[in-house]
Amino acid sequence: MKMINRFWKFMLLAIIIYTIIQLLITTEVFNLFYTNTLITIAINIILAVSLHLVIGITGQFSIGHAGFLAVGAYISAIVTMKLALPFPLALFAAGVIAAVAGLIVGIPTLRLRGDYLAIATLGFAEIIRIIFLNIDYVGGAAGMVVSRTTNWTISYICLLITLIVIINFTNSRHGRACVAIRENEIAADAMGINTTYYKVVAFVIGSFFAGIAGGLYAHNFYIIQPASFGFLKSFDILIFVVLGGLGSLSGAVLSAILLTIVSTFLQDYAETRMIIYSLILILVMLYRPQGLMGTREITDFFTSRKKNALKGGENL
Amino acid sequence: MLKVDEIDVYYDNIHALKGVSLEVLAGEIVTLIGANGAGKSTLLKTLSGLLRPKTGRIDYFGQSITNKPVQSIVQSGISHVPEGRRVFANMTVAENLDLGAYIRKDKKAIEEDKQAVYALFPRLLERKKQLAGTLSGGEQQMLAIGRALMAKPKLLLLDEPSMGLAPLLVKQIFQIIQEINQNGTTILLVEQNANMALSIANRAYVIETGNVVASGTAKELQSSERIKQAYLGGM
Repeated sequence: MKMINRFWKFMLLAIIIYTIIQLLITTEVFNLFYTNTLITIAINIILAVSLHLVIGITGQFSIGHAGFLAVGAYISAIVTMKLALPFPLALFAAGVIAAVAGLIVGIPTLRLRGDYLAIATLGFAEIIRIIFLNIDYVGGAAGMVVSRTTNWTISYICLLITLIVIINFTNSRHGRACVAIRENEIAADAMGINTTYYKVVAFVIGSFFAGIAGGLYAHNFYIIQPASFGFLKSFDILIFVVLGGLGSLSGAVLSAILLTIVSTFLQDYAETRMIIYSLILILVMLYRPQGLMGTREITDFFTSRKKNALKGGENL
Repeated sequence: MLKVDEIDVYYDNIHALKGVSLEVLAGEIVTLIGANGAGKSTLLKTLSGLLRPKTGRIDYFGQSITNKPVQSIVQSGISHVPEGRRVFANMTVAENLDLGAYIRKDKKAIEEDKQAVYALFPRLLERKKQLAGTLSGGEQQMLAIGRALMAKPKLLLLDEPSMGLAPLLVKQIFQIIQEINQNGTTILLVEQNANMALSIANRAYVIETGNVVASGTAKELQSSERIKQAYLGGM
């Protein structure tokens, strides 16, 4: 009952947000630049939330997320541009192939821990980039021309689906198993949780949504190039998750929104942009080392405070 | 109930357990004593499936569980309280207990068992919404034991429950262990605190550098000169 209620509240809020923004777009209060920023925000939230599942919830320090973004971008571009199939299908294909890539990378690497996993995933992302760099079919270093099909509505729908799936996964029995792995892998093992299985599942779901984000990303600009999926891109996504607070979904969403806005509006000052951007990061880490939200969620502020003083509430 | 037959366990090249055999009968408290590095924890980890023996056989109720995955061993009723407590620090006490029942699906019975754990450890009931990481060492140990009980074990493997606890708390924990045993759970207890362990156990095994060097009833071992000298502080 409670769960259903929450779901409809979430949907209502989602529809209201959509209507307002759509209204602003159609009445041209928001020009193309703003709309484009909104799409970028949606894509970045999808990336942040999908990595949050892997790092924040399951505790697996993967820093090669741009690899899956690249897989999604190129696969979707191939589906629309080379095979001339519809865009939604391309998005789905991007997700599926990225998930398969996640599975292939995940099974061997998720047996590694901590720094080793980080390096392995980073290596994977670089391999993906180099592969695309050397395939003439997708244009090599020059990149691939892609038509601009991503719009605000489809980005928003993808964002909603991502949020719904990941929130539900986190709150399910499976999600709790993942959190147990993050908290203490040996104990989780001793409880009878199949730790490898859950690590791979979280990784695959994360890759799936990163792939979808890749599809949106590819069709949001006229060209995709391997250079856009370098390890700096992986770090950008990692920063969303860390800055928002490891383990907090709303934190990841919030920091994705904030940082996207900051970097978009600093675009005019290209020289100072990275300085200001890094200053923001340093300041946040100095004064809020646990991230913007810590491990809390935005919803915590609306439910009774007393209960949350001890971080309570039998799940939800 | 549990029969371990000549198991050998290796950490890469290190031969940690050398042909260890032992037996636990239903309803007993059996304790394994030995110095640091003797292989006690290795043995428990092997029994719960976290490590695999290279040779030898582990039988549980007459069936081999030698190379079964951890999940099915937990499901068959063996619960392991790992050394150093290892509670899920950023989860509440109640959530920790829920995870203990992870392999079970009978919601109603799980709730009843949770109440039973709270009855056994009233301290946990008081703190059920507190994060496990903020509990004291003794409370964390209680939580670790309570969490293992949530899997409804027939055999409970306890790894050094007295570690780092004040003597008074150790006594309390050992009383609770006896109580759990009286409620029908068989217990295999690994301890450094040999005196305390022998005082509540029915039988005991002494492990030294991967070998069982002595075994017998707890009383026999308590009075054996050699054991006294090596583990019970001389005299």
